[in-house]
Amino acid sequence: MTEKLVVVGNGMAGMRTVEELLKLAPDKYAITVFGAEPHVNYNRILLSPVLAGEKQPDDIVLNGEAWYAEHGISLHRGKKIECIDRRERTVTATDGTMARYDRLLVATGSDPFILPVPGKDLRGVVTFRDLADVDAMLTAAKLFRHAVVIGGGLLGLEAANGLLKQGMNVSVIHLGPTLMERQLDDTAGNMLKQSLESRGIRFFLEAKTMEIIGNQRVKGVRLADDTEITADLVVMAVGIRPNFELARLAGIYCEHGIVVSDTLQTFDPRVYAVGECVCHRGKNYGLVAPLFEQARVCANHLAAIGYARYGGSVTSTKLKVTGIDLFSAGNYLGGEGCEEIVLKDPGRGVYKKIVLKDNRVQGAVLYGETLDGAWYFDLMRDGTPIADIRDALLFGPAHLGDAGHGGRNVAAMNDATEICGCNGVCKGEITRAISAKGLFTLEEVRAHTKASSSCGSCTGLVEQLLATTLGSNYSQTPKEKPLCRCTDHTHDQVRAAITANSLKTMRAVMEHCQWRTPDGCPSCRPALNYYLLCAWPGQYADDAQSRFINERAHANIQKDGTYSVVPRIWGGVTTPSELRAIAEVAEKFAIPTVKLTGGQRIDLLGVKKEKLPAVWADLSRAGFVSGHAYGKALRTVKTCVGSEWCRFGVQDSTGLGIALEKMTWGTWTPHKTKLGVSGCPRNCAEATIKDFGVVGVDSGWELHVGGNGGVKVRATDLLCKVHTDADVKEYCGAYLQLYREEARYLERTAPWIERVGLSYVKQRIVEDGDGRKALYRRFLESQQHAQKDPWAERATGKIAQHEFTPLKAAV
Amino acid sequence: MSGKAAEKIIPLSAAGASGWVVAGRLDEIPRAGARVIHTAAGEIALFRTVDDRVFALRDRCPHQGGPLSQGIVYGHKVACPLHNWSVALDSGAAIAPDEGQTACFPVRIEGDMVYLAIC
Repeated sequence: MTEKLVVVGNGMAGMRTVEELLKLAPDKYAITVFGAEPHVNYNRILLSPVLAGEKQPDDIVLNGEAWYAEHGISLHRGKKIECIDRRERTVTATDGTMARYDRLLVATGSDPFILPVPGKDLRGVVTFRDLADVDAMLTAAKLFRHAVVIGGGLLGLEAANGLLKQGMNVSVIHLGPTLMERQLDDTAGNMLKQSLESRGIRFFLEAKTMEIIGNQRVKGVRLADDTEITADLVVMAVGIRPNFELARLAGIYCEHGIVVSDTLQTFDPRVYAVGECVCHRGKNYGLVAPLFEQARVCANHLAAIGYARYGGSVTSTKLKVTGIDLFSAGNYLGGEGCEEIVLKDPGRGVYKKIVLKDNRVQGAVLYGETLDGAWYFDLMRDGTPIADIRDALLFGPAHLGDAGHGGRNVAAMNDATEICGCNGVCKGEITRAISAKGLFTLEEVRAHTKASSSCGSCTGLVEQLLATTLGSNYSQTPKEKPLCRCTDHTHDQVRAAITANSLKTMRAVMEHCQWRTPDGCPSCRPALNYYLLCAWPGQYADDAQSRFINERAHANIQKDGTYSVVPRIWGGVTTPSELRAIAEVAEKFAIPTVKLTGGQRIDLLGVKKEKLPAVWADLSRAGFVSGHAYGKALRTVKTCVGSEWCRFGVQDSTGLGIALEKMTWGTWTPHKTKLGVSGCPRNCAEATIKDFGVVGVDSGWELHVGGNGGVKVRATDLLCKVHTDADVKEYCGAYLQLYREEARYLERTAPWIERVGLSYVKQRIVEDGDGRKALYRRFLESQQHAQKDPWAERATGKIAQHEFTPLKAAV
Repeated sequence: MSGKAAEKIIPLSAAGASGWVVAGRLDEIPRAGARVIHTAAGEIALFRTVDDRVFALRDRCPHQGGPLSQGIVYGHKVACPLHNWSVALDSGAAIAPDEGQTACFPVRIEGDMVYLAIC
């Protein structure tokens, strides 16, 4: 029999849990939902834009009635549950409606705190919590003139801004000496105050509300110093209180919230709780991002999968007031043992403070320029050591060699500005989709708009749009995210499992790591294939069907379905007879386009798939092997002419380049890998934007790592200097092997090094001589199995013939 | 590059009155892979899933006409090699939130032979 799940609370946390549950176990429960409000599930965090007139109530509905119907959920709106009978396992609403449960989910959220002052019940005194409050404020704004907001925190300021936009005369009363003192230090708080004052909001700081004056309707507010402020509307925004009275009365253990375990279970194992009403490890959360993390874990347990754990959340704050950029996270005040790096530029209205302790970011306050907020937040949450980047920390990732895309502020862009250049998606389309479709994560925006789903270079901009549209509440993409939707394990966990448990087939990995799909997906299969290949060279049988078409067909698919062929030209040095052979192939097969590539090779474009083996056969006869221009593999070794010809050359760059290519060709890597060798510091081979670059100097070679000339231009970091060609080969092999073994699939060397830090790579490759030699040995061992020319194998028709011939020529 | 691929397939003499033709042997299609059949009506891709079901779709992605036969087959879906749209093998419909439809043909397996209906 289907079990009964009853959800008390039709808000964001409760319904997100139901959504997650439906994804995992759509048929496990008959679900009944009780909501005290008369609405369907809506996006509470967008109440501020509704108040400010930037959105309509209909825009913020998350799940309409059709959604409840489609999933067979009985929704009781406008029915408040007044008691839970845990012995009978029933809940009863104020109107007598009763429902039985096998599992109960309590998601009663929180209530606004009402100051216990005389006059608090007068007409015209409202809170800022739900659509009814917003309605009351909008109505008041049409009829009256003076509004007073009590509370200068996040919610109060958003309310004040909204009422100002509705044409009211707004005053804010705040108990503390500066605004938002729980998120901002004095400097940022004062800058915020000035900015809001210039818009016309009046502030009364260090002001205690004594009384709300009026007969039936509010007329004013009296402060402790007897100041009286005229008011036709008073908004109480002094804080929220977790709403756990219902649970407490039912005898469920509560402290300052319903106490839950890391599985979101209360002390009664049949009863779960999520959202603002819970107290987890002594903490309450009032932002949506942590609630969504809770929802994911809770759903996992309700679905009886039962391995997810919630370990608490780190949160950050952004203010949703159009035109004011403000970000705060963590310990923004500093203190014992902390250091602060500060930038203050009053002329530009910019203030940044990063708090450091023990070489790690503890917190940050940004005002006026919040572009890098997400980056500081990541550094803080991940506990990343920042010694390597400390000198440029305050200027953001754009100044870490990660140039090209930094320094753009989305808040200032107009709606027609193109954000995603690959898919032609503008700012307006993204922000509309975020509100209209209720999107919260980067993945959701990618699925619905395609923005940032191709090359990914606009990911930062899209995340900023999420942050500015949703304020503090957007769910930042977790750094340690699952490999794909088929599993909850991260890349690193899967990899560790492969070696620790000697998993040698894809099936074994999927079973061990509890894959949810029978045969994975286009994201995980290529990754697993690579991880297995890297872990078990010579033992693992490559799975062609888990490779992207280019690697399966050993050629690059083009937009019309034809392929391109790039033969390897060692170090970019060729001969007349090789060129003649290529010319003959191009003529014989009527190849429409012959192009020189950036990697010093020749690209033959427009070859029909059926013709590939014949093209390869001719190229093989002329001595060519595959250039792997199609693979997550060693691509090219670009060289300059070097000391053999160049009057400036100090080293034989072509000779070394060819030797390096002979050593490294055929290796599969997490992503494409490019090498470059220059014969002098003029660096004509552009080695300092390669994954591994070698620059000749009089006394030997400089080795550079982690460069990239594509999506994001990144100059290399200097690894070290060595003296002989043999040294270069050893360091190169060891470095590539470290990258192969430790980078995540589809991670280029540049982001890999930014993630693990240059110090780490230096330690493994330069300082640890024995370790380097061991890595180099493993690289050479793996190459013994990898250096087989895939073209020659397929040209004979003995391998993968089915790939290149139709099943039937014609029917 | 028209979006809809639901145009009429021209009946072919080889198909006979029943419309069923022999496509080939099951083991000629790689598991979690595809093969193509050239027909007078265009190219049709036959997909064999990991559970040995066979599906036939017109070999054009509803998005920009990419050859679906070249994509990665997973579950009862295929990911187009050009822009990674996913298409349901049993219906030819693009997986939400993408929208689109490619033509879908009946397939029958008898013993180790695969038959395809193209009219």
